[in-house]
Amino acid sequence: MADRFPSPFDIETPEGAEGWEEMYVYSSLFSEHRRKSEDTTFWFQDGVHWPNVLTPWDATFLEYALASLSQYNSRHLQVPPADGIAFRILNGYCYLSPVAADPSKIEERVANFTDRAGHYFMNWDDLYSNWMVKIRDLIGELEAVQFTALPEIEDADLVVKSGAGVGSGYQMQENYHRIVSLGLKLWNYHFEFLNLGYAAYLDFFMFCKTIFPGISDQAIAKMVAGVDVDLFRPDDELKRLARKALDSGVAEAFSAGDVDATCEILKSSADGQEWIASFEESAEPWFNFSTGSGFYHRDKIWIENIEVPFEFIRNYIENLKEGKDLNRPVEAIRAERDRVVNEYAELISTDEDREAFQGKLGLARTVFPYVENHNFYVEHWAHSVIWRKMRELGAIMVDQGFWEKPDDIFYLKRVEVEEMLWDYFVSWATPEAPAGPGYWPPIIADRRRKCSALANWKPVPALGAPPEVITEPFTVMLWGITSDSVNSWLGGGEQLEGELRGMAASPGLVEGPARVILSPEDIGQMQEGEILVAPLTAPSWAPIFGRIQATVTDSGGMMSHAAIVCREYGLPAVTGTGFATAKIETGQRIRVDGTNGVVTILD
Amino acid sequence: MSEFVVWFESYRKGLKGEVGGKGASLGEMTGAGLPVPPGFTLTTTAFRKSKEQSHVDEDIARLLFELDITDTDMVTERCKGIRESFSKMEIAAPVEVDLRRAYQELCRLSGTINIPVAVRSSATSEDSPDASFAGEHDTYLWIRGEDAVVEAVRRCWASLFTDRATCYRVKMGYEHHLVEMSVVVQKMVRPISAGVAFTLNPINGDRSQVCIDSAWGFGESVVSGEVTPDNYLIDKVLMEIRQRKVSIKEMEFKLSDHDSVERSELEEERAKSPSLTDAQITAIAKLAKAAEKHYGCPQDIEWAVDADMSEENNIVLLQSRPETVWSKKTSSAEGTSQSSGDFMASIVSTLMNPLHTKK
Repeated sequence: MADRFPSPFDIETPEGAEGWEEMYVYSSLFSEHRRKSEDTTFWFQDGVHWPNVLTPWDATFLEYALASLSQYNSRHLQVPPADGIAFRILNGYCYLSPVAADPSKIEERVANFTDRAGHYFMNWDDLYSNWMVKIRDLIGELEAVQFTALPEIEDADLVVKSGAGVGSGYQMQENYHRIVSLGLKLWNYHFEFLNLGYAAYLDFFMFCKTIFPGISDQAIAKMVAGVDVDLFRPDDELKRLARKALDSGVAEAFSAGDVDATCEILKSSADGQEWIASFEESAEPWFNFSTGSGFYHRDKIWIENIEVPFEFIRNYIENLKEGKDLNRPVEAIRAERDRVVNEYAELISTDEDREAFQGKLGLARTVFPYVENHNFYVEHWAHSVIWRKMRELGAIMVDQGFWEKPDDIFYLKRVEVEEMLWDYFVSWATPEAPAGPGYWPPIIADRRRKCSALANWKPVPALGAPPEVITEPFTVMLWGITSDSVNSWLGGGEQLEGELRGMAASPGLVEGPARVILSPEDIGQMQEGEILVAPLTAPSWAPIFGRIQATVTDSGGMMSHAAIVCREYGLPAVTGTGFATAKIETGQRIRVDGTNGVVTILD
Repeated sequence: MSEFVVWFESYRKGLKGEVGGKGASLGEMTGAGLPVPPGFTLTTTAFRKSKEQSHVDEDIARLLFELDITDTDMVTERCKGIRESFSKMEIAAPVEVDLRRAYQELCRLSGTINIPVAVRSSATSEDSPDASFAGEHDTYLWIRGEDAVVEAVRRCWASLFTDRATCYRVKMGYEHHLVEMSVVVQKMVRPISAGVAFTLNPINGDRSQVCIDSAWGFGESVVSGEVTPDNYLIDKVLMEIRQRKVSIKEMEFKLSDHDSVERSELEEERAKSPSLTDAQITAIAKLAKAAEKHYGCPQDIEWAVDADMSEENNIVLLQSRPETVWSKKTSSAEGTSQSSGDFMASIVSTLMNPLHTKK
């Protein structure tokens, strides 16, 4: 067994990707200046959120997310043992390293944390309802940002005579600044509550483990999990629309072949038009739903790719025709949750412990809706709007001859977009020909090439020196990184041939044929009864969960979105296996033991 | 039911002194719908009545006078004398009539002539929660026919004076002539596999788990420790099998042609295969859980998979008694900051302590 992971400085650049470093801001790279500490630190690849190569602009959300997370731990709340999480980009992939707090400051941090976090816990309901207002306002502000090409001459009334004193060129710069600053604000909001939610959950978790050393993680999750969760709302809307199509007799339109033909047929009848109106009502906001983690501009968003929701609706219509009941058994889930809670409560020996159990469960349930729901508002809804706005800007620049495709804008770094807009503004003002149309195309072509080369590199799971023990609570909860997984990456542990170990994320034992899905585009290939093997799963894959038997992912912890959704849909799941997509081939029979976190290749 | 014979289904709480721990336990289980094989208990009154009209008490007093329990030869000799006195003792006539009638009733109920029964001693002190004193008295299995049952009852009575039981009473200061015994007569099950189950994890006292030890054939191999049983841990609330350890069970106790239980070596294939199916494991766990719920405290049960019964109801509960080790301790978070009313102190302590979410 090796005693450490490769140094980040010894990782080779894949052929054709030489000079990839220039695609990212210098502070996100491993550097000679910080080599000494970087080389002796433990870094793990975050495949939960960033399983693929980052294009330059897409690194924005990585940077915003990790900086926001870190500042809440270190500067706002002073989480006693944990400062932030350092992040680096290597060969286009994201590596993270939890930073422990200075032990000599712990006492002071405990006092601060007790005061600050205590305030949030005591006023959770008020602060959380305020959060819901803030986040909707923020999304509204994002929606209000309009990019338009600069006019031939400014409007006389609106711009010149109004006394505004600034013009469209300024406004365009300002709009881009708004997008990026609202993006940063969005990620501040995201972490305002998240780690506190995890902390309260963990406290209940640890209490359960003290009283019942053998209690399963799933039993604890089951007691806390919400029943009406916004994350499941998009799927519920699809089912509603499928039912509506059948009830109003327009379901046949979905056999038309493609989306355009379906829409033609729907538009031709009053019932069909009413159905479309109903679809549009669901779509805002519920179909601002990414087919991926929401962190990549390439992830398809339902509302912009309606063939995706249409295909799901078509499937649901088929299921309904076959007499399947699509309803989530909400009442049964609720009753089961109560049963589990009551049984554990009865098994507690002392009244004092029972009281503590109920108190902690109460707090966990108060905070948990945020943990479950924020993902829709931030990674799906708000991100969808930002991708859309950026694409609008990209399209304008296509018209101005800066590049070929709207998505080319994502091959610019965040700050380069500003330089590019400056070029556009100056050349419009002068006027003269902009330099951009000569400057950007070769850079974009070069970066596309680099990204393709990097995509062929299989990121190593970890870098640097492994810690003696993984204790940082959020690393364990969210990423599923434990001392065991670190050991198994190093080649130690009890790993047997043909066996993969991960987090026991959702209980149950099944066997079946595997299908390895590397890209969200391919989820339609999943067949009835197959087992999904993927780098990670997104909540928006829920519509295929009725067809499959189980889920296995490379990354993710107990609280990863994949785990939450699998538990909700009652599918066995093993997350955080590290190498499932590399070791398992489509068609192989595998056994998934979601109760113990073991996947066995049977062929 | 008579003053000498109490059927399991006629048992009521006030009768515990009459039927002893085992008899009461089986009676309670039957009353609670827990699936024990049918049977009855010959009461302590039957014992007393028979003893009163004999010379046994005088023999006991004489033989135990100035007994030195450190002198094993002396203990062996004197106890043997007492047991001989029991075996010559006449059972009181009305007791014997009731016993034979009850046995015939059991045969009638089971639709079998000379139904094999288990005849077990059910001492009033044996199963009390504060004295884990299991296995001190005798059990006679596969007894067929009235006469054999009567004989077995006599031997059970005599087993009050095994060397160990006698020494135990001397040590504990119990009066020998006040010790009484009832005897349970119960239809035999023919076990495919059998064993014990605890309604908690005996390693750490975790009450959310059921722990099952299981081996082929009669459960005696498990109770006596003669085989290393298969061991299963089941999540009591979610009813999931969390851990299986299948051992090599080199022997089993099985029924010989002449109705005795004999050791039998197992061929390798059978020795290493699991002695329970998943469905059986879950059914046993449910049974254990039902027993715990009924008695209101952690239980230690004996169970068997009966070859004579159908798949749906072949799990039979043989015995349930309070678990004695962990019940004295309280598994609790007491004393840790986690149980204090200060929720922030608890959260801080949670964050400060290493996590072990796996395992």
